[in-house]
Amino acid sequence: MEYKLTTPLTEEVTRKLRAGDTVLLSGVIYTARDAAHKRLCECLDRGEELPIDVKDAAIYYAGPTPARPGQAIGACGPTTSYRMDAYAPRLLHLGLKAMIGKGKRSDQVVDAMKETGAVYLAAIGGAGALMASRVKTAQLVCYEDLGSEAIRRLEVEEMPLTVVIDSLGNNLYQTGPQEYRAAMEQR
Amino acid sequence: MREISAQAITETVARLCIEANSRLSPDMENAVRSAFEREQWPIAKTTLKTLCDNLDAARETGLPICQDTGMACVFCEIGQEVHIDGDFEAAIHAGVAKGYTEGFLRKSVVKDPIRRGNTGDNTPAVIHTRLVPGDKLKITVAPKGFGSENMSRLGMLKPSDGEQGVKDFVLETVKLAGPNPCPPIVVGVGVGGTFEKAAMLAKQALLRPVGSHHPDPYYADMEQELLEKINQLGIGPQGFGGETTALGVQIETYPTHIAGMPVAVNINCHVTRHKEAVL
Repeated sequence: MEYKLTTPLTEEVTRKLRAGDTVLLSGVIYTARDAAHKRLCECLDRGEELPIDVKDAAIYYAGPTPARPGQAIGACGPTTSYRMDAYAPRLLHLGLKAMIGKGKRSDQVVDAMKETGAVYLAAIGGAGALMASRVKTAQLVCYEDLGSEAIRRLEVEEMPLTVVIDSLGNNLYQTGPQEYRAAMEQR
Repeated sequence: MREISAQAITETVARLCIEANSRLSPDMENAVRSAFEREQWPIAKTTLKTLCDNLDAARETGLPICQDTGMACVFCEIGQEVHIDGDFEAAIHAGVAKGYTEGFLRKSVVKDPIRRGNTGDNTPAVIHTRLVPGDKLKITVAPKGFGSENMSRLGMLKPSDGEQGVKDFVLETVKLAGPNPCPPIVVGVGVGGTFEKAAMLAKQALLRPVGSHHPDPYYADMEQELLEKINQLGIGPQGFGGETTALGVQIETYPTHIAGMPVAVNINCHVTRHKEAVL
């Protein structure tokens, strides 16, 4: 199935998505990767309010290259997601509905996704120049000292994504290669 | 003695950083585009098409191919007849800072591995220098992204593990990596030497043109066999399934100790970058 979705993403919408579906995502998303996730969780440890509202939000694991004059953003493909696994369940339990990245996730993250109805979406890793054309605006939100790792608010238009892990725990990284191998064995 | 100025080194390194990140070498670009032509599995073909479109987009917009413009690995072959006017390593670091700043490349280096803290200009570079005959200076800049670097491994195998042990270690490394290093990947393998030499060989293997073969037919055959086995794993582009998991397997070897058989596997992604210049 192919879906056109706009943020915020409600649980009702994300629970419908299945591994292998494609999504064209529009609306506001937030970039956050390693160092920003660490700070977000430290913020929660101190009992403070997060600098972004994660309820029904989508976080993009990405650290773009600097924008040239006249451009909204530089190259902005996804980074490998497992490094955020230590932090993701806390954000999911606060209502985060979509994580966008690439690569495997831990069982703890998948369990939290099942409980909260969230999805894990893959952007094409290494296709940073192409993804830039889907970003209409980019604004710094916080943690400017982190440079590329700062949290940015992006307005995106039809960002092409693939559902890799759905809220039932189905995983395209397992089923995709399995289906290919099964088809090759039948040849 | 031939004199080369530190300033010329800085300018060259800056230019190579920018060029390496915005355009693939012809062999690498050709490998990606022919994989797209060959691939039959639908989701894999669509994904490879996106990678080709991305190369076009980088060319049209001037943006880097990938946002991970890497840590700058700089390989230098210095002719013994060359005299460098100034601080050689400082000149390279200055070139990286200039290239990454003026080229709008990402600053991805932290000053301490545990305490972190971005250095702000992508320095320092990782510099490897070799003294060679002649009066030239060859500089290769190979920006290394860490999605794939993190999936690399080193094993201190036993001599009795033999050829099969090496093959199993390479295949296991690719399996463990799965979708993480942005397949289709290029696999650099270093066999022999010592702990650090094996790692260095694996990295140097990635500087060879993709699809080139080891001059020794024994290793050339092993490269081919490993490539076929890797592409039977079914991981496919981005790990979504399909034939194209790797675009090349490249092995480099060195004599080793009677007690050992070090094997290093350095994984690179479909944006395997390097650019050379000779001064």
